[in-house]
Formats: sequence, structure tokens, C-alpha cells
Amino acid sequence: MAEREQKKRSAPRPQEKIEESQATNESGEALKAELDDLLDEIDEVLETNAEDFVKSYIQKGGQ
Amino acid sequence: MATPKIVGIETEFGIMVRGTAEWNPVSASSLLINAYVGADVGSLDERSAPVAWDFIDEMPGADAREGMAPDYAMPPEVETHLVNAVLTNGARYYVDHAHPELSTPECRDASSVVIYDRAAELILIESMRAAGKLLPEGQEIIIYKDNSDRKGNSYGCHENYLLDRNLPFGQIVHGATTHFVTRQIFTGSGKVGSELPGIGVGEITYQLTQRAEHFEEEVGLETTLKRPIVNTRDEPHADSQKYRRLHVIAGDANMSQVATLLKVGTSAIIFAMLEDGAYDHPLIIDSPVQAMHAVSHDLTLQKPLTLEDGRTATPIEIQWSLLEQARAWADRHGLEAVGEDAGKLVMERWEQALEGLESDPDSMASTIDWVAKLRLLRGFVDRHDCDWNDPRLRALDLQYHDLRPEKSLARRAGLETIVSDHEAQQAVTEPPLDTRAYFRGRCLEKFPDNVVAANWDSIVFDVGDEPLRRVPMLEPARGTVDHVGSILDSSETAAELLEKLGA
Repeated sequence: MAEREQKKRSAPRPQEKIEESQATNESGEALKAELDDLLDEIDEVLETNAEDFVKSYIQKGGQ
Repeated sequence: MATPKIVGIETEFGIMVRGTAEWNPVSASSLLINAYVGADVGSLDERSAPVAWDFIDEMPGADAREGMAPDYAMPPEVETHLVNAVLTNGARYYVDHAHPELSTPECRDASSVVIYDRAAELILIESMRAAGKLLPEGQEIIIYKDNSDRKGNSYGCHENYLLDRNLPFGQIVHGATTHFVTRQIFTGSGKVGSELPGIGVGEITYQLTQRAEHFEEEVGLETTLKRPIVNTRDEPHADSQKYRRLHVIAGDANMSQVATLLKVGTSAIIFAMLEDGAYDHPLIIDSPVQAMHAVSHDLTLQKPLTLEDGRTATPIEIQWSLLEQARAWADRHGLEAVGEDAGKLVMERWEQALEGLESDPDSMASTIDWVAKLRLLRGFVDRHDCDWNDPRLRALDLQYHDLRPEKSLARRAGLETIVSDHEAQQAVTEPPLDTRAYFRGRCLEKFPDNVVAANWDSIVFDVGDEPLRRVPMLEPARGTVDHVGSILDSSETAAELLEKLGA
């Protein structure tokens, strides 16, 4: 749908761009650390014997 | 002006019993709900009968398309013999099709629905705990807020919207189809693999929604077989001369509160636009059923859908143009129909969701369920160096929806919450102030011994003298704290209440 008017967004100035990318790196690392913690927790609480658990999850159809 | 978009959500939950091979879902669902309702009125020993649902106005077989119901369309059965309770927050809690189901009270706007949807989760969590006390040692009932067992069996999370009866059904179908197919990009709660016959996990490792693949028709009355994108059940539960209730079966149950806000809020806006004659959307999707599946299967969000006029557009492009029209509608008509504050919030969040999905879908991991779940799955695959066939990924997929706080992965996924614990806890027992649910809930709380039965649009009282007295509530926006709060507060007895109401 090429004729759709693109939403107008003002381009950030170069200085802002640099700051933004530094911030992105920092927040990227924070996110990765957070995901690691999260995966540790998932390893702890994830149902043991996943195969049986998944197989046994059978529901009757509803609406 | 558009009819106030009073809304509610009904969720059928997945249920499983651990610790025994001998269980059936109907008995387990009954035990779960009875345990909760019993616990609600005191100790289990002195459990009194919960207020029953009144089926007098139920007619799920009525079709919105006058004279158009095909002969094979069998009206769905109403299961009157199963557990069916009305709660003091105005909700209905019952067993339906072998699942526990909870219908929120009628809410005035999307923000209120999010609170009552969270309250519903708390009610199910408390039910699991209460049921645990009744079950033999070592057994446990587990509830999942999902829509599919990933083996071809689906159960719904339905939305309900109050609409003007004068809005022609054909227009509703037009607007609703376009929105329901494309809103999946932010309403999907994610699923590992595919349930369509002949598709292996190698072809579709993961998709946006749980529900899309269970849709086979464009428009119809069915809800359990050959599900239609637009459901024609015509059961207004209100003054049928003035109102219609659009029963929407095309969405996923969301763990993300923001996703629930968007699912209900954007749809309410689309329906208000239709009523105001402000929906003028030229983009009509060709073959909507195939498009619904295609959108769910496309993790890139980039694949264009074919339109009826031969052009193409991506779901994000279609959503942008809906949002632009919504803005124009809001400028002209205001947001009163969808609630001022909730409407503003939904418009902001709608724009943020589209911007995020367009520039970097991963950035929406705290608000959109399918993105949040995909982040966990990808992280798991990287860490354990496993492939997408690994049963642990399917376990993770299911456990995302586990409502047990100690097991729920959605609870751990870093989802943004927009409902405070206090608001949610309060909504477990107290009704919304601004719909007729207020009257229902307060009557149940104040005069439990006199309320014989209740349903969406009436309450039946027994005040000792014959006959029973039915108080109709055909106006969903009446019966609010403003209308009846002081009458309820000042009535010592149900008889006094009825006298003051002139019933």
C-alpha cells in the first residue's frame, strides 16, 4: 500500500543519535542480564518431565 | 453519539488435575467453583448455596442475520444443570463445556475491563487454593489462561460490546473483520507450532496467536465448530429494541494487561466509529479466514495481505490506517463513548504498539504476549542449544499461562502492569460503580438471603410474600452508584429496597 501517507516523524539530530545508541547499548546489556536471570528462574520452575506434561495437557474443545 | 461501549470478557480456562489419572474436567471445574463460592461465604462446613444463575433470557441460538441462518446452524446448548454462580463483583462464574468460565461484570470502558480481568485471575487463583483443601492429599487442580491444548482443541476468551441495534449488521461485519484479522499483531498470546493438519513444527515453529487456526468461516452462529471470525449470536441481554451485544470470539486470552487493554479498547473504538458513521475504511481483506491464519503465521509482520480491490497491505499498515481514522473520529466526536480517560490511554498505547512493532517487535516484550513469550523461548533455545521440537519449549509455552503464582512464567516475564494489586483485590468482591453490575453486585452482597436468582438483565427477589419479584435491568448503563447507590445504602431490607425502587 505504497500510497499510504507515512507517519511524519522528525529525524533526530546527529548528537541525539549518538547518545541514543550509547543508551541502547547500556539498556541492551541490562536487558540481557535480566533475561539471564529470568532463564535461571525458568530452569528452576519449569515442569520437570516436559514431554509427559505436554502430552497430558488435553482439553475438551469449548466455545 | 455512539452508544456507550459497555464491555465485558468471558474466559474459558484450561484445567488439569495432578496426582490422579481418574478425573474429568466437568467434575473438576465444578469442584473448583464450589470450593471458591463455599469459601466466599464462610467456613466449608457451613457452606450455603450460592445464588444461582437465572436462565430465563438465555437464547444463544438467536442469529443477528435476520432470515439468514443456514439450516445446519444448530443453536448452542445451554447447560443449565452445571454449577453457575453470581459473584458480589457482578461476575458470573460457572462450568461451560468442560471448562471453568468466568464472565466479568459489565464494565464502562477498557481500563475497567482490565481490572476485572485481573480480578478474574485472582478468583481462579483463590479457587485453586480452596479446591486444594478439598482434594485428597497429593492432588492439585491447575488452571491455565490459554485458548488451546495445542492438539486441536480450542476454548475461548470472548469479548462483548454494547452496540446500537440500528447499526446494520453488514457494516459491523465489514469493520470487525478488518480489525480482528489485523489486531492479532498485538492481541496474540503466542503458540509454539501449528495445529493445522499437515503442518510440521519445521514449517511453523511459533506463531502470534493461539486461536487463529481454529477459525474456518467468515460469519456465522457457531462457537464450537467451524468458528466464524464474526459471530452472529444475537442475545443482547438488554433492551433488544435499542441494543445489540456483539459477541466476539476471535481473540486470545491475554496475560499482558496492556494487551487486554488494546484488544478491548481498540475494538470498542472501531465499533463506536461505525455507529457514528465515521468508519470509512476502503481496505477490505480478501479471503479473511486465510488472512487470519497468515497473519498469525508471519513473525516478520511484513507479509502483505491481498485486498479485495487487488492491492496489498501489511497488517501494520492496515492498523495504522485504522488508527488514523480513529484519530479523526475522536477529534470530531470525542471519546465519551469509550470513556474519556480510557479512550486517551488506548489511543496512546495503540500508537506505541504499532510504532514498536514496525521498528523493532522485540521492543514490545513488556506489553505484547507473543513477543514476551518468544523472548523466553529464544533465550531458552540459545541457552540449552535445543531445537524447536524440544518438548521443553512446549512446556514453557503452556506454563506461560499457568495461573499459579509460583509457576506462572507470564508473571516472571517482565510484563508491565497497569492495574494495582489494591484495585484488583477490591474488584474481586466489589462491582464496578458505573454499570448495572453495581446494582447486581450490591444486592448480592447486601441481601444474599433474598436474591433467589440473577442474570445479566434481571434479579429475582424473594421477600417472603408471594410471588417472587423480578427486577428488570434492561439498561446496562443504569443501576450505577449514581442511580441507585443511595437507595441501596438506605434500605435496611430487600423489601424496603423493592418498595423504593417501585418494583
